Amino acid sequence: MIVEGGHYALVLALALALIQSTVPLLGARWRDPALMNVARSTALAQLLFVGVSFAALVTLHVTSDFSVLNVYENSHSMKPLIYKITGVWGSHEGSMLLWVSILALFGGLLAAFGNNLPLSLRAHVLAVQAWIASAFYLFILTTSNPFLRIPNPPMEGRDLNPVLQDIGLAVHPPMLYLGYVGFSISFSFAIAALLEGRIDAAWARWVRPWTLLAWIFLTLGIAMGSYWAYYELGWGGWWFWDPVENASLMPWLAGTALLHSALVMEKRNALKVWTILLSILTFSLSLLGTFLVRSGVLTSVHAFATDPTRGVFILLILCVFIGGSLTLFAGRASRLKQGGLFAPISREGALVLNNLFLTTACATVLVGTLYPLVLEVLTGDKISVGAPFFNLTFAPLFVPLMAAVPFGPMLAWKRGDLLAATQRLTAAGIAALSAIALAWAWARGGAALAPLAIGLAVFVIGGAITDIAERTGLFRVPFAIALRRARGLPRSAWGTAFAHAGIGVALIGIVCETTWNSEFIGTMKPRDTVDVAGYSLTLNGVVQRQGPNYREQVASFMVSIDGEPLSTMTPSKRSFTTRGMSTTEAALLSRGFSQLYISLGDSSADGGTVVRIYHKPLVLLIWFGPVLMAFGGMLSLSDRRLRVGVPKAAKALRGLQAAE
Amino acid sequence: MTRKQRRLTMIGCALAVLGFAAGLVLYSLRDSIVFFSTPAMVGEQHIAPGKRFRLGGLVQPGSLKRGDNLAVTFEVADGTAKLPVAYKGLLPDLFREGQGVVAEGSLDNAGVFQADTVLAKHDETYMPKEVADALKKQGHWKDDYAAKPGGGMAAQAGQGQGATR
Repeated sequence: MIVEGGHYALVLALALALIQSTVPLLGARWRDPALMNVARSTALAQLLFVGVSFAALVTLHVTSDFSVLNVYENSHSMKPLIYKITGVWGSHEGSMLLWVSILALFGGLLAAFGNNLPLSLRAHVLAVQAWIASAFYLFILTTSNPFLRIPNPPMEGRDLNPVLQDIGLAVHPPMLYLGYVGFSISFSFAIAALLEGRIDAAWARWVRPWTLLAWIFLTLGIAMGSYWAYYELGWGGWWFWDPVENASLMPWLAGTALLHSALVMEKRNALKVWTILLSILTFSLSLLGTFLVRSGVLTSVHAFATDPTRGVFILLILCVFIGGSLTLFAGRASRLKQGGLFAPISREGALVLNNLFLTTACATVLVGTLYPLVLEVLTGDKISVGAPFFNLTFAPLFVPLMAAVPFGPMLAWKRGDLLAATQRLTAAGIAALSAIALAWAWARGGAALAPLAIGLAVFVIGGAITDIAERTGLFRVPFAIALRRARGLPRSAWGTAFAHAGIGVALIGIVCETTWNSEFIGTMKPRDTVDVAGYSLTLNGVVQRQGPNYREQVASFMVSIDGEPLSTMTPSKRSFTTRGMSTTEAALLSRGFSQLYISLGDSSADGGTVVRIYHKPLVLLIWFGPVLMAFGGMLSLSDRRLRVGVPKAAKALRGLQAAE
Repeated sequence: MTRKQRRLTMIGCALAVLGFAAGLVLYSLRDSIVFFSTPAMVGEQHIAPGKRFRLGGLVQPGSLKRGDNLAVTFEVADGTAKLPVAYKGLLPDLFREGQGVVAEGSLDNAGVFQADTVLAKHDETYMPKEVADALKKQGHWKDDYAAKPGGGMAAQAGQGQGATR
């Protein structure tokens, strides 16, 4: 009953999406407000039905209804409740349903809060949203239906892949999808602008918050995924330049560029054509990511069953949407009027530079990701493009970009003064130089690049602080006044500072972790002690334990520093009987931003256990940086000037500020 | 500055950055891509000692020997040929005899493949995609490889690169 209900709701959602993708467009053409308003109600109804469908699948997983193929393949009655729920999107079918649900959610939000949008723009945007939605509903219903029944229901399910039985699954995919799919809004706005042949600064005012929202989620999603891989996979790596990781990094790079170019468009009414193109490219890269991960052309932890029809279907969606939107862009872009002039040395110029480097970096990642696939199709040669390629191409592009970051906010719109900006950044520069010297002295020579990279990171952070200090007049005016000015600063200024500082923080973490990581790999027997980075770890013993749907071997380590006992760490190795797989549960001990990391290997024949112990200095900064960036994004999003839903209140606020 | 000059400046900058990036990409593609081979292909192609490549195939049952200090040796077979592999370090969770493996490294002068990385890059059927494709091509694919526990459904274990280095 629930199964058929969920399935039927999904079909209804498709029908609504089809109406939403055609009727409002006709309405816009005939200038009929009633027909244009159909978009709003269908978008909300679509959200309702897809929500019902998603809730149905969750219910089936929670109640362990093994007559449903999707539940049978990915669930087990003994599985803890939280993994029964998160397991819904642990499978291909369920994750696609989550994808469209989030798409419908964004459409619904736009319909609900878009009352002050011009009617025809809203009709166009929602219609484009519905095109995307229709394509994916069709994809789900024809090739990956989560509501398929099994004729003879088995008693027990096959269980979820043990690697996925982790709290990370509850957070990482939904966050990532909110990011990916969130970019569909700016895509729809871009297509709507091209269809209407009209675009202005108000358009950018509308697009920027949605892009920002998607960007925040994508940033957190990627960071979360990276941390998950770090602690779950058991070898302490946090980024592998794996194609599926690149698939999420590319929309992030393009989305970051879009965020900055939309700023130019909003403030200065320039870079219109480029912003439109970036909106299209960003969502195209999100679609490409979906294709790479979901089509089975890649083997990875993210790839699910490789059914060729699915790959072909997604490839088709990809071609239609990317090809179609780019063709539309080629045909219509020249109609859009050019905007304001600016000198190369100006805020706009800096943002163009930012876009240039971000999109180029994105392009190199794209080349590295697709080259093996293309080469295999063309010549049959199997190659792999690994970390060395990306380190060699990505890093040289990111260094000038990061060096330029502090200058951007210091330059004035239209025409900036590079010399004055440099003078203002003197303090940050001095801080960077002393950081280089300190790092150099502390490392006693060693790798030359690491202190320089730390200097760069400190420069970026210093630049962000300088920006705020300059704006509040800190050190120039009495502290109380500076404090009051700081409170009066627009939140977006704080947002910029936090986001920029976040990159610097992440860079420090990355450099320290890769350069000064110490590790021990070897066999240990009970009572053995090893010393890693000043900590001494003693293996107390290994015991067997029974979990809800697995057996685990738990080792207990006593950690001490200078003979003082500090803590006990218990890494384990779990074997899941249903699937015959084992996973490594690393034990982590945080000391400040640094971590001790222990994971277990096989037991050796003579009763010892193979262990890996790492000390990772400042590793937590790698994820703390993105969190800061996302926090900056949220501050910026909460800026009243950006909150498009309240234009009147924003005007009142500006009046207030003037009165001060 | 006129609109034209401004545009030229920007296009100049863009071309410079793109050219720089293209140079980087070409340079790195020449040096840092790694080809995939099976033992039979190694025999045919006479790969020079010291050249890095990825070796894929099945771990020959009974060939796994553990030495001192985490050193292991095993043989990789593809039904036609066999190649001895030496590796030092931890093997990934999913390393099993009789099942698929991909190792990265190079041949030494004695013809032993010195692996520095053993990849956990495969699904729960213990069959890396590259290995499966190669076995199918050579006609050594047996359906029961795919019919291992779980039968080719759902997700995989072991993301991306190196289990150990």
